[in-house]
Amino acid sequence: MRVVVDFDLCESNAICMQIAPDIFEVRDDDFLYVLNETPSEDRRSNLEESVQRCPKQAISIEE
Amino acid sequence: MHSSITIVGASLAGVRAAEALRSEGFKGNIKLLGDEAHIAYDRPPLSKSFLEGEMTSEKLSLLTTEKINELELEIRIDSRVSSLDIESRTLEVKGGVEEFDALIIATGARARKLPNTEKISGIHTLRSLDDSIKIRDSFKSGNPKVVVVGGGFIGCEVAATASALGIEVTIVESQEVPLSHVLGEEAGKVISELHTNNGVQLKCGVEVQEIRGDSQVEGVLLGDGTLLEADLVIVGIGAVPNTEWLENSGLTIENGVCCDQTCLAAPNIVAAGDVARWYHRGYGKSIRLEHWDNAAEQGKHAALRLLQTEAEAQPYAPIPWFWSDQFDRKIQLAGISDPEDDFEVIVDSPEEGRYTAIYGNEGRLKAVLGINRPRHVMQFKSLMENKASWKEALDFAREIK
Repeated sequence: MRVVVDFDLCESNAICMQIAPDIFEVRDDDFLYVLNETPSEDRRSNLEESVQRCPKQAISIEE
Repeated sequence: MHSSITIVGASLAGVRAAEALRSEGFKGNIKLLGDEAHIAYDRPPLSKSFLEGEMTSEKLSLLTTEKINELELEIRIDSRVSSLDIESRTLEVKGGVEEFDALIIATGARARKLPNTEKISGIHTLRSLDDSIKIRDSFKSGNPKVVVVGGGFIGCEVAATASALGIEVTIVESQEVPLSHVLGEEAGKVISELHTNNGVQLKCGVEVQEIRGDSQVEGVLLGDGTLLEADLVIVGIGAVPNTEWLENSGLTIENGVCCDQTCLAAPNIVAAGDVARWYHRGYGKSIRLEHWDNAAEQGKHAALRLLQTEAEAQPYAPIPWFWSDQFDRKIQLAGISDPEDDFEVIVDSPEEGRYTAIYGNEGRLKAVLGINRPRHVMQFKSLMENKASWKEALDFAREIK
């Protein structure tokens, strides 16, 4: 699976970083960085939670 | 297993409940009943980007036709439920009686109104899409003078949006410092200054005495004798949970539907979102939240509760979190802050527009406030989830300074 972030929507609320810090990081510049675009299958539930809890619905998973 | 589940309330909590039921493999009928004329939509932009006019209502939708079909939802708009009978397990929907197997209560809250102002036009609360459309249209007509009654988060957001559009706006707030009942005086002042620096007028420590105008609002008279001219008054004085329809239901209602720590209100009946008051094990008391993130998460948690036995049921005990966008600032609060808490400012950089402060009491980290510091907010939120002590929080603060 592949993590896709719509950076036009992303507002750097950073909730994704709290749920999956190995995949998402909001750095000191306030921008979101995807640390791992192709996480392994065992990260799916955290990734799905990040998708659901993003207030801007800016994250999606491509299979 | 239930053969059908009825969800009353088709906003975020209700929609997330429906999605959770399907992703957990529930095969029965899901009925989603909403009282508005619109299909489920997202509310946060209503006081921000939608109000500013840069967003279409389609973009707010929480449920596309494709999604409704995929989830096999029986969705009904404009269907207000007027009563519940937990003995006969029936609902009264638009005059007809309908049975249910299991029920999710997600009727949310509504904006509190100023009394005796129904007949005067130009006075609005902001909760629904229709409210936001009316205010947006009024912003565009001529050059209205706007008075916002209530300097809470909604009031501050609307004032910021109006001001960014070049509209003359005054906030009237009964406390000396807006938001000080939540954030304390020091942090409240940081947000007040953000507004005054951006041209918003603040009238604080004063109550609204009278709304002037017969058919159309003309002004707001304050307790100190000041008369503010107004073409448009927006009232942001809190929200009331929508529980009237449950008054004779047999459920316990105390400023919300009372639930146990798993979101269960009665056998096979759960509640979620702004309408639910539940026992939060982490705080050792019952609380009710009016946050987007809570509606989403509790909707899911409550829905899954209906599919679980008592032994399987999990307590719902999240660290609350919300955000508020005002001007170019993202204000976030995680945890529950109290003005009486210990308070420590970690970052205060007016030139960058950044600010982080933490709240603690009884030796524990209780909350974090961030302005354009989402990274810090999430770091301290994680500490709270790990039940960090105040000392651990201060140590961490020194590390990131």
